[in-house]
Amino acid sequence: MLAVTALALLKLRNLFAVAMLAGIYSLLSAGLFVALDAVDVAFTEAAVGAGISTILLLGTLSLVGHDQKKSTRSSVVPLLVVLVTGSILVYGTLDMPPYGDPGNPAHHHVAPHYLEESEHEIGIPNVVTSVLASYRGYDTMGETTVIFTAMVGVLLLMGGVRRREGSATLDGKPDREGDAHGG
Amino acid sequence: MEDNVILRIGAKILIPFILMFALYVQFHGDYGPGGGFQAGVIFAAAFILYALIYGVDTAKRVLPLRFAWFCGALGVWIYAGVGVVTLFMGAEFLNYNVLRHDPEHGQELGILLVELGVLTTVFGVMVAIFYMFAARRQVR
Repeated sequence: MLAVTALALLKLRNLFAVAMLAGIYSLLSAGLFVALDAVDVAFTEAAVGAGISTILLLGTLSLVGHDQKKSTRSSVVPLLVVLVTGSILVYGTLDMPPYGDPGNPAHHHVAPHYLEESEHEIGIPNVVTSVLASYRGYDTMGETTVIFTAMVGVLLLMGGVRRREGSATLDGKPDREGDAHGG
Repeated sequence: MEDNVILRIGAKILIPFILMFALYVQFHGDYGPGGGFQAGVIFAAAFILYALIYGVDTAKRVLPLRFAWFCGALGVWIYAGVGVVTLFMGAEFLNYNVLRHDPEHGQELGILLVELGVLTTVFGVMVAIFYMFAARRQVR
């Protein structure tokens, strides 16, 4: 199902359909995560991948138009790059430990400690939340900062301040200037 | 979309439930799947739905763009603030054990506050990004 959706994504020229299919792809992968018992990840994927990013893609489409231009360049070099990268990645997976093996390093480092002790150390039943917010609190703080940075980036690119109705502009430039840069 | 009665009424009925579900995801994150990030996205989705149906200008009267920016920054502040507080209480950065007399309760409180920070940032950023895209469209 995922592969079929991905191939359809490649073939379609109508970007509106592509955005919708990308949402469907996210929803399918959320289902895959549920099948792998990773409900927290599935929840995030469904909310962010299928929800918000589809809306943002559609918002972008309303700015840039619904149809993809036909590419004039030959696709041999990109295809080669993709094939080489793909085969390197597949080669890399050959060294990976077998899926689901209890002897895998992932099951022996800190995971047993988290699973057994987090109930006493943190006092909440959901181990995922304990790991995210407490054991790996630094990481989550970094992620929060990354999201904040994303907002600052969009703010700089889209010039949110200049669009505010009738007020003075931040850097004194007229509105047209911002359009010329962005569009 | 502003003339479509079914959409308007449907959104009006749905939005309180979406907000409630977001809060449930936030505060039930200790027991089930979910947490600040997912709750923030769902919370933002309610406002984005409102903006889609009733127009961005109406939504901005409920939730100004400036407030969304403020939320985006405030969440990081809350998160880092918890860390600084634990520093001053004599533990490492983001070690919640010292927040209460009992380490376990301290951890619970710390996680609650930190998740609140994540919720605030994610909510603010998502709404702000949506507003900025929408504002761009109106200029054209």
